[in-house]
Amino acid sequence: MAQTSPNTHPGWFTRIAHPGMFMGWTRHVVLPLAIATALAFAAGLYVVFFASPPDYQMGDTVRMMYVHVPTAWLSQFCYAVMFSSAIGTLVWRHPMADVSQKAAAPLGAAFTALALFTGAMWGRPTWGTFWEWDGRMTSTLVLLFIYLGIIALWRAFDDQLKAARIVSVVTLVGAVNIPIIKFSVDWWQTLHQPASVFRTDGPTVDFSILTPLLVMTLAFSLLFLTLHLVRMRTEVTRRRIRSLELAQARAAGGAP
Amino acid sequence: MTAFLAILSRDLKLGLRQGGDLLTLVLFFVIVGVLLPFAVGPDRPLLSQLAPAIIWVAALLAQLLSHDRLFRSDFEDGSLALFRQASLSLDGLVFAKLIAHWLLTGLPLVVAMPVLALVLGLSADGFWLAVMTLLAGTPALTAFGAIGAAVTVGLKRGGLVAPVIVLPMSLPVLIFGTGAFDPARVGAASQALLLLAALSLVSMALAPFAAALALRISGE
Amino acid sequence: MIDLGQHWEFIAATYAGSVLVIGALIGWTWSASRRARTRVARLEAARKARKA
Repeated sequence: MAQTSPNTHPGWFTRIAHPGMFMGWTRHVVLPLAIATALAFAAGLYVVFFASPPDYQMGDTVRMMYVHVPTAWLSQFCYAVMFSSAIGTLVWRHPMADVSQKAAAPLGAAFTALALFTGAMWGRPTWGTFWEWDGRMTSTLVLLFIYLGIIALWRAFDDQLKAARIVSVVTLVGAVNIPIIKFSVDWWQTLHQPASVFRTDGPTVDFSILTPLLVMTLAFSLLFLTLHLVRMRTEVTRRRIRSLELAQARAAGGAP
Repeated sequence: MTAFLAILSRDLKLGLRQGGDLLTLVLFFVIVGVLLPFAVGPDRPLLSQLAPAIIWVAALLAQLLSHDRLFRSDFEDGSLALFRQASLSLDGLVFAKLIAHWLLTGLPLVVAMPVLALVLGLSADGFWLAVMTLLAGTPALTAFGAIGAAVTVGLKRGGLVAPVIVLPMSLPVLIFGTGAFDPARVGAASQALLLLAALSLVSMALAPFAAALALRISGE
Repeated sequence: MIDLGQHWEFIAATYAGSVLVIGALIGWTWSASRRARTRVARLEAARKARKA
């Protein structure tokens, strides 16, 4: 890791890229971000349960949409974060990009699982079944498998620097592949089911639905940012632990 | 070009001399195809309806089984490090290995197909369609498998991780491979075959770069 | 209590499940961060003691 000389003023890139500096400035960001998340959730839940009317078509089941849509959005946004971090790892060997990738994978898996769960809960009253082999649900399930595969790959490696670059390759291949999977699943669905199936993009979005939806999406996005940042900080600390442990073992062993 | 052909013939020779692997692969493919009717029951109409799905699942599993040896022995005995000094780039080398691997593991499945078609009661039209889809689709399976194999080549216990990564990515191949048989939609067969061929061509063209990148990282 | 209509059990399950998963995620993230911080503090202290 390149040490910045104390005479030159570090640029914004160094401030992100250098783990020590990253730890310095993020220390002051975590708490405000966590408070903002809590406030956004408080406001969101208030609007969802007290200040929004039931939908004229879906009734009160619309209130499930306010967790389903934000988690579904995060399930894809998280992959975008991993994708850009993977490029950072492969092209610039950016140490924080490694950390960002590793921190994002379990979050992506968790939010994708939540999107599937809330989708199933929503599907039961509106479609009459928990699971429908619908294009969106099926590709979300495949996305969950890809997240879990990436996590499994992370855990299979001992050398985390090598793991980051190998996982980046898989993440990039996955990013190319996900649109193909989506297309193939849609093709498969039109093959097996006539157009009579309920379409998810059905009801037009009313303003009374839009407000709680936007507030909850903001709250979930802030939650993701907070968790991601804390997990990145933990990962940097873990790497520091590893080098300290090695130093300690060297000192104990008496090796040079 | 000579380097490319040299790698290709080397891999083919190695694969053919260890004929046991080839036989095992074909045997595995046939056994999976023959075992599934025992799970389903001896219902001939149902089986002939399920035949495309059974053949494709058997092909997917057989291909999955064969990927681990694609780079592992070359990586472990140092041949791969030696090849990197060659005039051929690593991407080209991986491409040559992919073609050899497909000839050794994809093509034999097509040859073994008649046995399964007979047992599963596939019609003549269905048989030719199955041959066509396997020919058009297995290169894509080889390509995805190569990425999985390259990514886990440095792992001593990578055996289970590679399938977990490769299987979800291979979903489109399975969908188009079996979708060609759907009688309900006019033109589904030719559309699926074209999509399958496109998928194979694109993945065969791009996979060498991804696999070579992973091999380079693993070799460092 | 707010009246959630005829499908209240699904709405309750959705929110209960989400709270559970997100709570577990927050708890896991927080405990992992705490564990890493105490460990690094102990190691830094040990290094200082060694240097002194």
